[in-house]
Amino acid sequence: MEKIFSRPACMKPAPFHYCPGCGHSIIHRLIGELIDEMNLRENIVCVPPCGCAVLAYDYFDIDMVEAAHGRGCAVATGLKRANPSLMVFTYQGDGDISAIGTAETLHAANRGELITSIFVNNAVYGMTGGQMAPTTILGQKTTTSPAGRSARVEGYPLKITELIAQLDGAAYVARNSLATPAKVNATKKSIKKALEIQQQGIGFSLVEILSPCPTNWKVNALEAFKYLEDVMEKEFNPGVLKDITKSRKA
Amino acid sequence: MSDKVLMKGTDAIAEAAIRAGCRCYFGYPITPQNEIPEYMARRMPEVGGVFLQGESEIASINMVHGAVAAGVRTMTSSSSPGISLKQECLSFLATQELPAVIVNIMRGGPGLGNIAPNQGDYYQATRGGGHGDYRMPVIAPGSIQELYDLTMDAFDIADKFRSPVLILGDGMMGQMMEPIVIHEKPEVELPEKDYILDGARGRHGRVLKSLILNARGMEEQNWKLKRKYDLMRQELPRCEEYMTDDAKLVVVAYGTAARIAKGAVKRARAGGLQVGIFRPVTLWPFPDSALLEVAKKAKLFLVFEMSTGQMIDDVKLAVGNRIECEFYGRPGGVIPQPKEIERIIERLWLQKEL
Ligand SMILES: Cc1ncc(C[n+]2csc(CCOP(=O)(O)OP(=O)(O)O)c2C)c(N)n1
Ligand code: SF4
Repeated sequence: MEKIFSRPACMKPAPFHYCPGCGHSIIHRLIGELIDEMNLRENIVCVPPCGCAVLAYDYFDIDMVEAAHGRGCAVATGLKRANPSLMVFTYQGDGDISAIGTAETLHAANRGELITSIFVNNAVYGMTGGQMAPTTILGQKTTTSPAGRSARVEGYPLKITELIAQLDGAAYVARNSLATPAKVNATKKSIKKALEIQQQGIGFSLVEILSPCPTNWKVNALEAFKYLEDVMEKEFNPGVLKDITKSRKA
Repeated sequence: MSDKVLMKGTDAIAEAAIRAGCRCYFGYPITPQNEIPEYMARRMPEVGGVFLQGESEIASINMVHGAVAAGVRTMTSSSSPGISLKQECLSFLATQELPAVIVNIMRGGPGLGNIAPNQGDYYQATRGGGHGDYRMPVIAPGSIQELYDLTMDAFDIADKFRSPVLILGDGMMGQMMEPIVIHEKPEVELPEKDYILDGARGRHGRVLKSLILNARGMEEQNWKLKRKYDLMRQELPRCEEYMTDDAKLVVVAYGTAARIAKGAVKRARAGGLQVGIFRPVTLWPFPDSALLEVAKKAKLFLVFEMSTGQMIDDVKLAVGNRIECEFYGRPGGVIPQPKEIERIIERLWLQKEL
């Protein structure tokens, strides 16, 4: 029988440890497919985060160096500066990239580091058990905002992607969602574009991906995808926030 | 060919690093060591290396993390408060077994403190500083020539043992000028860098990580590191002795304190007192066997530090009850004069009937 669907060649034959319905699994697969399609396996280094995706190295057969929580963009900077021939990407959660690692992220973007950040926004701290994240929605209940996030006490959901889009060093900044299969395909296109921007040496690229965490949202997988579309996408509008290759052509 | 030039401590460190093959430097300004990043900013482009001013000490040391993972000899430098910020990543470097050279030009503290020379970071340097059960070689040069020579050695030690190595100086060492011999780095045989991340060309992916969820695996990693640290304890301890052969009183001091003590000891000798100096050059591993030998011959140790007393713990651990240890210290960035130490020596000489 003809094989029409299989694991990307750059991925190890290991079952994901992610919860059923978790967006990390989908995003991993998209990245795996792109590494294959763009023929990057032998020239790419990933900096995984502290977060649920810390174990990314169990799934990809590529070089990886685990960074301290939030420091991915600084580690990626060092790697890329030391060896500019490498493709380098960070994989980071919302806590990692927009709480503890805000400074490292903004400055790497502002310097126009030739790296790509894959930013997985699930509005909670997944790995540590569902605490409030900078991206937690107003009213959303988490273990550390049990009454629901209030603007008065915890402030507003942080949109680091919008901030990064303002920076001159950022070349491509997009936000995507995993809510439907079509949106998953669009996400893959954005990641591809981000990697191409890096390949072409144009500047810093980042793709934020709105991603379900059914476990800590305390809903089932289907409800999680609905929440993604009904709530998350309303707060964090998907779209290309910046693409300097477009404005250049224009 | 070697040339003798007048050089400032910070510049000596930077030039030695370049000549040792350091090709990436990441740092954040803090007095009294700003001349290191400034020197690197000028010099790195000349040798095709990377100089980058990070947005903080945290960012800088994490850039070091990336660069050494890529296999490049890399250095960062800072002063006390900045070194505190680097500690988390030092723990990562230690357990991911990555080589890097870190320079701490200590200043007065705690807190923001002041920018005067001080030795208050001994505990932080030698007791880990960061979290977890790791050690890190700590080298304390006592002259500008030594700053130059030992910076070169630090890179070899880092590569040989795949470990971060700390150079511990102070504001005085950094700012002082002395004539030194500039030379190329001695050839040293080093293990192949088979861990570096350069894209998994023709091989499987490599992983540099520190998360080991399984307790048994984590214990294994800790014992592996311990075996390496034991090897360091055998190979690395260094010290310098000055007139200890017949000394009844031996001053134990490192770095700038040892230089001040030397002035005092010379004066005391001129006055007929049999005194000498024991200067640990490596603070971790501490040169305890050599110190024990000195303890067997002498009658009294005077531990002298520019702090309220930190290295004295290691002295006592090394010599046990074999010899009496007195302490004299000036913390907070106060630089004592040789005369001041000479007086202490004289008093102890009479008081203890040496
Ligand atoms: C310095 C430090 N502080 C705290 C932690 C604990 N910690 C691990 S992951 C994490 C946050 C994870 O959330 P996020 O980045 O959103 O990723 P997710 O797990 O949701 O994918 C925290 C706080 C840590 N590892 N290091
Ligand atoms: S806790 Fe959330 S983010 Fe983590 S694996 Fe489970 S669903 Fe995914």
